[in-house]
Amino acid sequence: MQEVTTEKKEFVPNIVAFCCNWCSYAGADLAGSSRLTYPANVKIIRVPCSCRVNPSFVLKAFQQGADGVILCGCHPGDCHYVTGNYYTRRRMALLYSFLNYLGIEKERTRLEWVSAAEGARFSAVMNDFVKTVTDLGENKRLTDLRVKEGE
Amino acid sequence: MQRIGVFICWCGSNISATVDVVKVAEAMKNEPGVVYSANYQYMCSENGQQLIKQAIKEHNLTGIVVGACSPRMHEATFRKTAEAAGLNPYMVEIANIREHCSWIHKDMDEATEKAIILVRTAIAKVKLNAPLMAGESPVIKRALVIGGGIAGIQAALDIADAGFEVDIVEKNATIGGRMAQLDKTFPTLDCSACILTPKMVDCAQHEKIDILTYSEVEDVKGFVGNFSVKIRRKARYVDESKCTGCKVCMEKCPSKKGLNAFNMNLNTRPAIYIPFAQAIPNVAVIDPEQCIKLKTGKCGICQKFCGVGAIDYEQKDTFVERQYGAIVVATGYKPIDLDAFNEYGYNDNKDVVTSLELERLMNAAGPTNGVLLRPSDGKHPKVITFIQCVGSRDSSGCGKPYCSKICCMYTAKHAMLIREKYPDTEVHVFYIDVRTPGKNYDEFFRRAVEQYGVDYIKGMVGKVYNENGKLMVQGSNLIDNEQVTIESDLVVLAAAIEPEPSVRKVATLLTASIDTNNFLTESHAKLRPVESPTAGVYLAGVCQGPKDIPETVSQASACAAKVIGLLVKDKLKTNPCVATPDESMCNGCSQCANVCAYGAITYVDKEFRIGGGKTEVRRVASVNPAVCQGCGACTVTCPSGAMDLKGFSSKQIMSEVEAICKK
Ligand SMILES: Cc1cc2nc3c(=O)[nH]c(=O)nc-3n(C[C@H](O)[C@H](O)[C@H](O)COP(=O)(O)OP(=O)(O)OC[C@H]3O[C@@H](n4cnc5c(N)ncnc54)[C@H](O)[C@@H]3O)c2cc1C
Ligand code: SF4
Ligand code: SF4
Repeated sequence: MQEVTTEKKEFVPNIVAFCCNWCSYAGADLAGSSRLTYPANVKIIRVPCSCRVNPSFVLKAFQQGADGVILCGCHPGDCHYVTGNYYTRRRMALLYSFLNYLGIEKERTRLEWVSAAEGARFSAVMNDFVKTVTDLGENKRLTDLRVKEGE
Repeated sequence: MQRIGVFICWCGSNISATVDVVKVAEAMKNEPGVVYSANYQYMCSENGQQLIKQAIKEHNLTGIVVGACSPRMHEATFRKTAEAAGLNPYMVEIANIREHCSWIHKDMDEATEKAIILVRTAIAKVKLNAPLMAGESPVIKRALVIGGGIAGIQAALDIADAGFEVDIVEKNATIGGRMAQLDKTFPTLDCSACILTPKMVDCAQHEKIDILTYSEVEDVKGFVGNFSVKIRRKARYVDESKCTGCKVCMEKCPSKKGLNAFNMNLNTRPAIYIPFAQAIPNVAVIDPEQCIKLKTGKCGICQKFCGVGAIDYEQKDTFVERQYGAIVVATGYKPIDLDAFNEYGYNDNKDVVTSLELERLMNAAGPTNGVLLRPSDGKHPKVITFIQCVGSRDSSGCGKPYCSKICCMYTAKHAMLIREKYPDTEVHVFYIDVRTPGKNYDEFFRRAVEQYGVDYIKGMVGKVYNENGKLMVQGSNLIDNEQVTIESDLVVLAAAIEPEPSVRKVATLLTASIDTNNFLTESHAKLRPVESPTAGVYLAGVCQGPKDIPETVSQASACAAKVIGLLVKDKLKTNPCVATPDESMCNGCSQCANVCAYGAITYVDKEFRIGGGKTEVRRVASVNPAVCQGCGACTVTCPSGAMDLKGFSSKQIMSEVEAICKK
């Protein structure tokens, strides 16, 4: 086995994942009980439904220094609250264009549907997202704002 | 001042093997607001809970964080613990350091660091928690069973016997499901109709059971204890209350070419028909696709001959709306389409049949009156070859990845029954593995081999083709390591089973989740196998996963026990995590009511003080806490930021975001 490089320069992104209680959070639980790994820098916040996620939460995360924010909800048609995930989808579309306006790469946010039975998908989605964000590098744009704000 | 207690669980080695639990608990002692932090092997155990209770009392805790397994597992447990120690149960937060941490990370430092962040995040949240009181909602003491196969029948009978009203909604014209189509049943070989029909009759005669056949669920509103369901009663063109089941119409109907679905389309039936002799209800139904009167306006013969005036060509679909406390889904299965399996020649050769077709060919009430004759020429087949696992355990993508579970047993049954009835018939079975776990099951299979001399060949079949009127089954014999070709008269395919397709619609209406194979998902694979994740919705029979009749019946009875347990309650505790508007900020714009899927939001005129001793009347949103399900859609929609969700307030979520991002 190759020694892990001793240089501590390697960029490890910080990722916030919002998961709806009924599908995606349960999917994440299943990923856990099936021992399907994904990087430790993903931290999950449980919300009742993806539609509880105010776009301002996503902006807040970026402002606080998150490098990527992912939202996970039930598949279209399967929302525990009937139509919640449709609202989420529309709101996220708006958020993407707003982020674009701010000059933040769209790829730093993502909306994914993960059901309670899709532990493997949860882990695959997280691995993929972490990789995408790692490739993008650190989120400087909004953290800078935060720093200025803190002055 | 907040006084937070932190409790880190080892979960034996489940957490402690990858998370340094002592270090986490120690680190939390330095968090602002934390006055107590401990670790223990099993927090959920009696002793663990005792430790929590004691700490709450001794340290006068105002909130607690338990770093343990998923809140979906033990949140309720720890809320009860807190309550028992005099703390409001909603002053509890769980940090999921097992499923979301120790089980997915291998590196101890990394996992420990993440666990610290997760617990810190929960602390940030709990500091903003407010005590909440669960409300109450009444339970409607009536159950709905969707699907009238053996699963639905058993569940309905058990629930009704406990004294509760049950409605069975069945999409076909009769209840009975697939079991009604079977001939004999493993492992005891009793006749399927003989054990099923009495149960069907019991349902029909039970004063607490109402059977709605030829009906489908159209819409579902509400929630556990209080569902409101709209049911479509499809036009039968026959008045159910008048028809006596005399079958005169069936004899007289001139349009006799409809495929008989009950006989797996192996023969035909008239346009007006009763599906089978023991159908419940024993009432005719007209197939509008085939009825001359309905299609052209001419004919009308059945109406002339019907002695009780039951025929009504003008009948339209009607709708009934009923209220239920609990819903059982028992929508069953169908064999898969074999279009993707050309190699077996199913579509090209009449004498290649599925196992369910064979059931009909062997059944005394079937198209051949129980005499085994091949469909092409009506002759006795002398050599019969069975092919197992057709479309089951298939990783190629053409079939299903799962084992259909019942096929090994029913093929052994078929082989045995044929050898018993026609000893001069040669029977071969191609199999990948024979899987017969279950009480008396392996013994049953061995009887087929040892007592009935059925030839089991381990190997896969490459193709089935027709040569001079003979079906050539070409396959490999893995034991003898050779290619074999068996000249056969009849080929029987043990086709995989899949959930009845309409289950997708049912699942969507009930917001019950479904897996990649369209089986309904249970709440917990081991501990809550008959409950769907949607409260008040239960799962019975093959709609949840492949199973045979004994297992289906057990599951149906288990469902019934769960339903009874729910219906005996007069009131249910409701989720207090509901939306509430800040009335001082609400301008009554109606946007929140527009997004609420439950109609929980109305508007009221309220008087507000505006200073100088004056008041003003303004329209503000008002949420009905018994109706609100707590999704939060309205909170994000509200343009003035007036709407918030208890238990998941904007401030709480923002504080979690901050805690995660804090470097
Ligand atoms: C060839 C073959 C042989 C078998 N032999 C045996 C045997 O010998 N012994 C044994 O133990 N098991 C046997 N089985 C298995 C047995 O058939 C099943 O275990 C059993 O039928 C499952 O019952 P169920 O009620 O879950 O489903 P089903 O029997 O499929 O019943 C489901 C019912 O729900 C109705 N429905 C579906 N969707 C809707 C909807 N949307 N709305 C309203 N109603 C709906 C259907 O019309 C049907 O009446 C055999 C299976 C096959 C294929
Ligand atoms: S109208 Fe004619 S075709 Fe239609 S069911 Fe009656 S007799 Fe049969
Ligand atoms: S949270 Fe809002 S939108 Fe969701 S059910 Fe309650 S009132 Fe309706």
